[in-house]
Amino acid sequence: MRRFVIGQAKNLIDQTRRPRPHHNNIRLLSPLASDPIPVSSSRFFSDMTGSDSSSSLPVTIDSINPNVLKCEYAVRGEIVNIAQKLQDDLKINKDAYPFDEIIYCNIGNPQSLSQQPITFFREVLALCSHTALLDRDETHALFSADSIARAWKILDQIPGKATGAYSHSQGIKGLRDAIAAGIEARDGFPADPNDIFMTDGASPGVHMMMQLLISSEKDGILCPIPQYPLYSASIALHGGSLVPYYLDEASGWGLEISELKKQLEDAKSKGITVRALAVINPGNPTGQVLSEENQRDIVDFCKKEGLVLLADEVYQENVYVPDKKFHSFKKVARSMGYGEKDISLVSFQSISKGYYGECGKRGGYMEVTGFTSDVREQIYKVASVNLCSNISGQILASLVMSPPKPGDESYESYIAEKEGILSSMARRAKTLEEALNKLEGITCNRAEGAMYLFPCINLPQKAIAAAEAAKTAPDTFYCKRLLNATGIVLVPGSGFRQVPGTWHFRCTILPQEDKIPAIVNRLTEFHKSFMDEFRD
Amino acid sequence: MSLKALDYESLNENVKNCQYAVRGELYLRASELQKEGKKIIFTNVGNPHALGQKPLTFPRQVVALCQAPFLLDNPNVGMIFPADAIARAKHYLSLTSGGLGAYSDSRGLPGVRKEVAEFIQRRDGYPSDPELIFLTDGASKGVMQILNCVIRDQKDGILVPVPQYPLYSATISLLGGTLVPYYLEETDNWGLDVNNLRQSVAQARSQGITVRAMVIINPGNPTGQCLSEANLREILKFCCDERLVLLGDEVYQQNIYQDERPFISSKKVLMDMGAPLSKEVQLISFHTVSKGYWGECGQRGGYFEMTNIPPRTVEEIYKVASIALSPNVSAQIFMGLMVSPPKPGDISYDQFVRESKGILESLRRRARIMTDGFNSCKNVVCNFTEGAMYSFPQIKLPSKAIQAAKQAGKVPDVFYCLKLLEATGISTVPGSGFGQKEGVFHLRTTILPAEEEMPEIMESFKKFNDEFMSQYADRFGYSRM
Repeated sequence: MRRFVIGQAKNLIDQTRRPRPHHNNIRLLSPLASDPIPVSSSRFFSDMTGSDSSSSLPVTIDSINPNVLKCEYAVRGEIVNIAQKLQDDLKINKDAYPFDEIIYCNIGNPQSLSQQPITFFREVLALCSHTALLDRDETHALFSADSIARAWKILDQIPGKATGAYSHSQGIKGLRDAIAAGIEARDGFPADPNDIFMTDGASPGVHMMMQLLISSEKDGILCPIPQYPLYSASIALHGGSLVPYYLDEASGWGLEISELKKQLEDAKSKGITVRALAVINPGNPTGQVLSEENQRDIVDFCKKEGLVLLADEVYQENVYVPDKKFHSFKKVARSMGYGEKDISLVSFQSISKGYYGECGKRGGYMEVTGFTSDVREQIYKVASVNLCSNISGQILASLVMSPPKPGDESYESYIAEKEGILSSMARRAKTLEEALNKLEGITCNRAEGAMYLFPCINLPQKAIAAAEAAKTAPDTFYCKRLLNATGIVLVPGSGFRQVPGTWHFRCTILPQEDKIPAIVNRLTEFHKSFMDEFRD
Repeated sequence: MSLKALDYESLNENVKNCQYAVRGELYLRASELQKEGKKIIFTNVGNPHALGQKPLTFPRQVVALCQAPFLLDNPNVGMIFPADAIARAKHYLSLTSGGLGAYSDSRGLPGVRKEVAEFIQRRDGYPSDPELIFLTDGASKGVMQILNCVIRDQKDGILVPVPQYPLYSATISLLGGTLVPYYLEETDNWGLDVNNLRQSVAQARSQGITVRAMVIINPGNPTGQCLSEANLREILKFCCDERLVLLGDEVYQQNIYQDERPFISSKKVLMDMGAPLSKEVQLISFHTVSKGYWGECGQRGGYFEMTNIPPRTVEEIYKVASIALSPNVSAQIFMGLMVSPPKPGDISYDQFVRESKGILESLRRRARIMTDGFNSCKNVVCNFTEGAMYSFPQIKLPSKAIQAAKQAGKVPDVFYCLKLLEATGISTVPGSGFGQKEGVFHLRTTILPAEEEMPEIMESFKKFNDEFMSQYADRFGYSRM
């Protein structure tokens, strides 16, 4: 702990010492006064002896791209590193800690917490991985008939059945056809396979769009606060400006058009050209599902202001409340009568979330509509430099968008698995929400969707002072204390941004259902002792 | 009327400036023709499985089991999977934190990185630190990550060989940096002359460019040459003197078709040179599962190893990697299998060796067939493909052809390659996509078409070329070197 603090201090000193280069100084539109975390927080505190300011080396901390230094990604940041060190140490010093395992509630990584993959999907993938299986009689005893049929269908769509070959840079055509059909079945409006760009997860698609949209720090992207820090990191990496719009915690993280308008005008007055509006629906970390009316207002806003709508819809299959339903922005726009000429819309989907949780496979796509062909050519060109996304992920994406149907052999087991996972998530969301709301000074909006709870914690002044003394943001201070006392890993709200002066943390709903009571107990006990220590 | 949200004018200039010919004009035209029913032989990209090369059996067996771990619980699994594949699948699954579907460490699974480090150690004879090895979704992603770190603005220059694999030029464009070319000597078997390097650097500096890094592609792409140990020493010394980080693209290290210059890694040479160089020269080495005899392009698996990169810089690179969460886990397993293949005594060893040797020996033969085929044409000069997967013949074009190209609004080699495509279905990439000396034209093709189809392909090419030459013949001879 001591070495870590020294590391922090060293970083602060180094930061002030670092010469300000003559090139881009990226301005963030809303500097967060409440965020004293140094730009480059030290991770490897065992390596303090290795000096980085060796001026004879061409590539050092002083000479790398400043955009790299500026960007942050708290989901796998500081707290997680401490947790990993603790986890390693736990193996040898079991008795030194008041807990016997680290529970990672920092990241939406379901299968790392024992969620099982969908059997049908993995059957198809295994058969496509090793096509020789399809020639063997024994295979019929090991695999369901419809998974064999689907594998054949997919392989017939791949030239030479070669799953090891680079595909078309947008992804295999036949798989895009399946995805387009899936989108149409979902929305009731047609989708064009040529609008689909398959990517290694949804994140690379977001990066591609930022690359196209951002030419300088004068280009702004409207992002929800709180937001999933891929957006802030990507904007920083590409040298643009994040234009925040605040979601309203008091109204269940509602999105007000008046707030969008206000922030847009504010940005314009500062010489920022706002190029796009990013909306995460269902929200991350906030979990809210937008109402259709809200979505219509957003579409109109983008149309009127000439903004690209970046619709992050990766949690579209994670909705837990009966009074809300997911509607894609494409569906909403089309049902308003808006077509290709009316609104530029990029919709992102991923195989990492939903009930399939295939994070490690890296699959996803963006559906790009409402752009002229010369712009689309540029999108294609950027995609082509990386040749293509991984084939296995592409196959999964097509399965996610066209899963087994009633009547298929695997349908019953597929539905059972899917509903089992989703209903369990809904239960866990409720249990954790209720538990958090019982804690002193904590209020937690319900998780309508996605995979997270984002409670607001009203920290006592004493705690805030202690945090400041430790040169840490108060929510980070709380989360570190929690980690050290309970082994539970959360992400401080500052990692997602929040209204200045408010504090939150993000906790996933993903630990196994039978572990939840223990987690609730530990959290409750810790919180009580923390408040006892710092109560004003 | 609504404002146009993103029109061509307002696009990031860097995006507009970037070019990637490998999937550019020729490829798009070939795809169009294919849709119209024409038989196309795609030799535009190093994509072995697309041209009939079969995947190696063992890794596919292992990964299939990892995709569907429930198979491992089935008592009959031993009937269709060999015991060593089953054991290996269990091994890799145990390295993951939840199977293929869980994000791994953002640098890649520690267990796999350890296997990569052990491979590097066996290969080079020097220790390798898994903490300095990052797995990536293909080597290209790694190259982009590193260049993104190095390039701050347009004053930062990156030394890139000409001809080069256009990932480098495209990425430098996208990142807003400056490409500083150094020319390889075609008459000297695409050799690298340090004097050329010095000239390029001097010229760049005189224009206010800070040269930050040097790229070498060894074996070369598109040129295929294998660098000698002496050459590598010169390069490393040069990087030390000029304070450049060396980016060693070694993705073709398994593809060697001559015995005079076996592959030696830049890392080995650097370590052999001893202190102070071995402690001062910054080096990042790239490798992949896409090439070699594996050819698993579609998996998107690669890694880079950092040497003499300071800890805090490594942290920053790690931080950027973490934004993408993790490289895909299936490909990480392919990488593990590639660096620790079946050993003598393993059940699958004989089959593995047979399959690998078969591929490599055939590639060696095809390299020869193609080189000789090109050289049998009067106006074509082709250096032998010492390594990698490509042939890069120089096509001497008569001035009438060059004029015709101009009139058609095309660069001469694009003009030639389009005509070649339309006449024969052979889809190549014009040399202009890789860079070449002014007035000198090339095309790049791969040596990957099936061996039994090669003679016919070369016949087809020769026929087209001879017809083209007689159509555009003039008294004044060909384009000069």
